[in-house]
Amino acid sequence: MSNVFSRHLRVMSPVVVMVLCTSAAATDIGQIKVSNGQVSIERNGRSLPGSVGSRLEAADSLATGADGSVGITMNDNTLLSAGPNSILSLDRYEFDSTTHQGRFDARLKKGTLAVISGTIAKQAPDAMTVRTPAAILGVRGTEFVVKAE
Amino acid sequence: MLPIFLGACSTGTVILLPGQDGHRTAVAVKQGDHEVVLDRAYAAATQTPFGPWPYKSTPQEVEAGFGAALAAQPMRPATFSLNFIEGKDELTDDSRQIVESVFSEISKHPVPDVVVIGHTDTVGSDQSNDALSLQRAEAVRTELIRRGVAADSVVAGGRGKRELLVPTADGVAEPRNRRVQIIVR
Repeated sequence: MSNVFSRHLRVMSPVVVMVLCTSAAATDIGQIKVSNGQVSIERNGRSLPGSVGSRLEAADSLATGADGSVGITMNDNTLLSAGPNSILSLDRYEFDSTTHQGRFDARLKKGTLAVISGTIAKQAPDAMTVRTPAAILGVRGTEFVVKAE
Repeated sequence: MLPIFLGACSTGTVILLPGQDGHRTAVAVKQGDHEVVLDRAYAAATQTPFGPWPYKSTPQEVEAGFGAALAAQPMRPATFSLNFIEGKDELTDDSRQIVESVFSEISKHPVPDVVVIGHTDTVGSDQSNDALSLQRAEAVRTELIRRGVAADSVVAGGRGKRELLVPTADGVAEPRNRRVQIIVR
């Protein structure tokens, strides 16, 4: 295996690197890792099934039914999971994997949410916020739960 | 007036949990001009028309109110670090063992996605180190794909010399800083 590694390292030119770099979809901001019961993704006015493996985009909303729950992992390793009867909106998400600078604004419109913050929240205070109808949470780290009624 | 009005008809609760990795942890809860900072395990605040109301929560309240949300948490990301033999672009023997652990971790995840991040030492410019670190990460990505990991579930990135494992002055050749991290999540 080391031979393969060394061969690639020698032959790979910066041009090839640029091309490979674009092979990952640039619009993905996270992925559904856990999905139970009724879970949907609201995107541009359409409702899509929220299944394990579904990729997420900025401005997506996740909605769970009375029997539903959903867990997602974001590109910066933030973990979010919502319980039943919840609406979680991923209002704004920017993350630079080279500099680790980023911005994440999520919104829990109703229901319950558990958060384990990731790289974005480590970078700067208030680089990550979670809004509820009643409050704005400035996330400095790392694990907490929120309920919106 | 508006935030107070909204506060009057909406309530909610925030509870800080004990962090697993021992890092400092805090959440600032703001309602209009009122702010409460939660910075200890089970520190909590309820939103009232008069601002956030702090109290001390319990594991029982967390389980009763948030059990379903917590049960749906994704697996925590697992991080592995690979080192290269000094002066060569070959993995050390230890790192070859670690590659096997990476595959074992991948098999535990229902929908694994893998992030490969390259790092350099401090010899050279930011620009050249960014390119070199990405090049190393891409080589590892290519190898993971060759060994069966789905191409659309592996991304590569380079951090250049921004995240040194061993802090050094600029321009220092330090093999332990020439590494590639693999995050399985």
